[in-house]
Amino acid sequence: MEKPLLAFTNKGIYCSAAKVYLDPWKPVDNAIITHGHADHSRWGNNRYITHHRNVPIITHRLGEIEVSGREWGETFTINGVQFSLHPAGHIIGSSQVRVEYKGEVWVFTGDYKTENDGISTPFEPLKCHTFITECTFGLPAFKWVPQDEVFSAINEWWAQNRSEGKTSVLFGYSLGKAQRLLKYLDTDIGKIYTHGAIENMTEVLRPLVDFPETSRITPETKKEALLGNIVLAPPSAHGSSWIRKMVPYETASASGWMTFRGARRRRAIDKGFVLSDHCDWQGLIESITATSAEKIICTHGYSDIFSRYLREQGYDARTEETQYEGELAELNSTKEEITSTN
Amino acid sequence: MFCFVSNTYEMKTFAALIKTLDSTNKTTVKVTALADYLKVANDADKVWTIAILSHRRPPRPVNTTLLRAWASELANIPLWLFEESYHIVGDLAETIALVVPSTASSSKKSLTQFLKEMIALKSKTDTEKKAYLFENWNALDYYGRFVFTKLITGSFRIGVSQKLMTRALAKATGLDEDVLAYKLMGNWDPNTISFQKLILEENKSDYLSKPYPFYLAYAIENDVEDLGDVSQWSAEHKWDGIRSQVILRNNELFVWSRGEELVTDKYPEFEKFVGIIPNGTVIDGEILPYPKNQIGTFNDLQKRIGRKTVSKSLLEKVPVILKAYDLLEWEGVDIRNKPFSERRKLLTALYREIHTAKSNLENQIPLHLSETMHFTTWNDLTRERERSREARSEGLMLKRKDSPYLVGRKKGDWWKWKVDPLTIDAVLTYAMRGHGRRSNLFTDYTFALWQENEEGKKELVTFAKAYSGLTDAEFRKVDAWIKKNTLERFGPVRSVKPHHVFEIAFEGIALSKRHKSGVATRFPRILRWRHDKKIEDANAIQDLKELILAETPKAIETKDSSKNIIE
Repeated sequence: MEKPLLAFTNKGIYCSAAKVYLDPWKPVDNAIITHGHADHSRWGNNRYITHHRNVPIITHRLGEIEVSGREWGETFTINGVQFSLHPAGHIIGSSQVRVEYKGEVWVFTGDYKTENDGISTPFEPLKCHTFITECTFGLPAFKWVPQDEVFSAINEWWAQNRSEGKTSVLFGYSLGKAQRLLKYLDTDIGKIYTHGAIENMTEVLRPLVDFPETSRITPETKKEALLGNIVLAPPSAHGSSWIRKMVPYETASASGWMTFRGARRRRAIDKGFVLSDHCDWQGLIESITATSAEKIICTHGYSDIFSRYLREQGYDARTEETQYEGELAELNSTKEEITSTN
Repeated sequence: MFCFVSNTYEMKTFAALIKTLDSTNKTTVKVTALADYLKVANDADKVWTIAILSHRRPPRPVNTTLLRAWASELANIPLWLFEESYHIVGDLAETIALVVPSTASSSKKSLTQFLKEMIALKSKTDTEKKAYLFENWNALDYYGRFVFTKLITGSFRIGVSQKLMTRALAKATGLDEDVLAYKLMGNWDPNTISFQKLILEENKSDYLSKPYPFYLAYAIENDVEDLGDVSQWSAEHKWDGIRSQVILRNNELFVWSRGEELVTDKYPEFEKFVGIIPNGTVIDGEILPYPKNQIGTFNDLQKRIGRKTVSKSLLEKVPVILKAYDLLEWEGVDIRNKPFSERRKLLTALYREIHTAKSNLENQIPLHLSETMHFTTWNDLTRERERSREARSEGLMLKRKDSPYLVGRKKGDWWKWKVDPLTIDAVLTYAMRGHGRRSNLFTDYTFALWQENEEGKKELVTFAKAYSGLTDAEFRKVDAWIKKNTLERFGPVRSVKPHHVFEIAFEGIALSKRHKSGVATRFPRILRWRHDKKIEDANAIQDLKELILAETPKAIETKDSSKNIIE
């Protein structure tokens, strides 16, 4: 049997014809990286190829690495295999990887979403034979509402808290979600303060996107200065001593997981906003249809359930185990995130 | 925080209330939201709201099998996919509300109208039921759909206790909280009773079957000696059965369980009280199994719980008695404000009178007294507590002699002082996703102990399930480990690599034929994660069985002795 163009190995998704890995989870020589989240861009690879908007992100996160940036749609050939990066709409600089060899086309999505968030280049579906898709939210229970509605609700919540003399603490992952929230906060309501991890990442991204003004919270920040204003913090800051300075405060989380009443209560958060950087159920189905692919490989998320559904719809669909975590990283993020980037 | 939209008579207002209650962890916010609602809602909606929040809802008009099938049909997904979603979401109404497509239209019906329709729906045909559900699922927005489906499937678990609701009601009406708690107890039908009659009116004849709110104790936290002068305290066993109130009024018997369930029919033994215990008497006590004239285990009582009609053979096999703790009403007068010692004196006198009357001798009356102990020092009590298991009790109850019978859980006058739980080290073998706030996390665990099989090899045998006792952070750690160390998947259940050892605590233990391990444990829960232990260090089934031998009652109590009674 002929070797598949992309194979799932213990190091990552491997193109043997080109000797290149996509988003490897163990150190390799050549890695093509879809985006800057820790589960997709790891330490220790010898050479990184990624979209040029992701270059500042991964060099900020990984330090001194050998990395080359590419344009959207720019084809680069390695050992006769043609690669190109295409927008995934997940976070700033996030790509899908298109791989073509001897007329066969595979596309690996990394993480993606179909809604245009206004800061990431919008997702573009690509025709392919085999589509490797994430399915973090691959259940019909997940349905996103347009982000305008979510941001109105977030700003309303902030204004309400301010009128009650409280500080609003809004949790979002420090790369991606935090900047998306920041972009749409209404600065007429008050000032925006940031946790150090978020401020650092936002500084890296300011040359790429026009963001409202923010103030970093430091040990010198006065409690009174925060009152009535909003604080953007990574989820791991919840329940830490850092947050005590904000008293009296209301907490909220913005995540796809906030769809579940249980998820909000489990984290003892006052309010949950359903806002995700991944596809919802309908988004996944529409994307798959748009690729015209017959073979679908489901990676992280509700992959068993989603691939079974696809098989019933007539696709040749299967699940492959990877070490990608999707938004689970957001749900269960640990202290690590704070300490490593503070 | 809680704002009313347009017409307060619409279901929308109720849905907004539920949303507010469900999206805060703060009691004060909940009380305010509920009180504000109770001030503006119409009377019929008020009565229904009180009923729903105190778990009185109309009988389920549509069974859940049909609900699932119809919801998946409307959502245009296969049934298995609906079921998988349900496993992950963890709540049926929430799952239905999520998967059914959303529409912009909205219903103008009131809460009461919805409930009246649901009551009428029960006797309709399946076709009519389906049409009704489709119509309303389509007419409501996401949260309205959730609340509507919740009303059909079950009660709301949104952190609103009876106490919280009573507080809100007191705030809205200006009436006394304890009086309201009393009014809300017992049997009343939200479909027929008016707010005026339920809450506002003073009407004696309604109170015939009404129990008093139970007084509940907190567990003792500090050293028992901190309670002060030992002579001010009374002590008795904390019996492990069903806390109940037995009411005799107007030649009728009413038995209420602590869950405010009228259970008179489940325990026909107590019919003997009628005519023997005078009218105008309310006794607080514990229903206990009494097979072979001795107190049985909770496991014995399990055979009676949940049976509406009791067969003659079961009555003979597992008869029950009432262990009386307290007297709340005597000669038709509420005596809850009298000191405990005085109430006990009356109770003891009543008990003695019943058991000395000639006519009662051959006709065994299933009323026993929960004996108060004789002691002079806290040390005496400490020793009594250690012997609790031998008497088949869970520990001791300490009651201040001059304490009135209060309403609800209150600190100060009564304390429960349970024996330390039995513990054993067991291996985690299976995990299942939790429900409610733990949906999407593997938090329900199955534990196993070692046993030698026929070939003399050691193997792990399941002995208990537990889903509480770890912190949220620990649950997240175990959850992450489970997801990476799954061996097999069976629907929502995963078998995992035997690797982690947990110390499991439980209250009681009994031999059981229904369990693979041959042993049933009572209220198992996780005490701690034993990072320091390897699976080889976990206990064996045999260790568990030895615990049974160690706690079997030594002195078998055949008659209700009264030698320990000090009053």
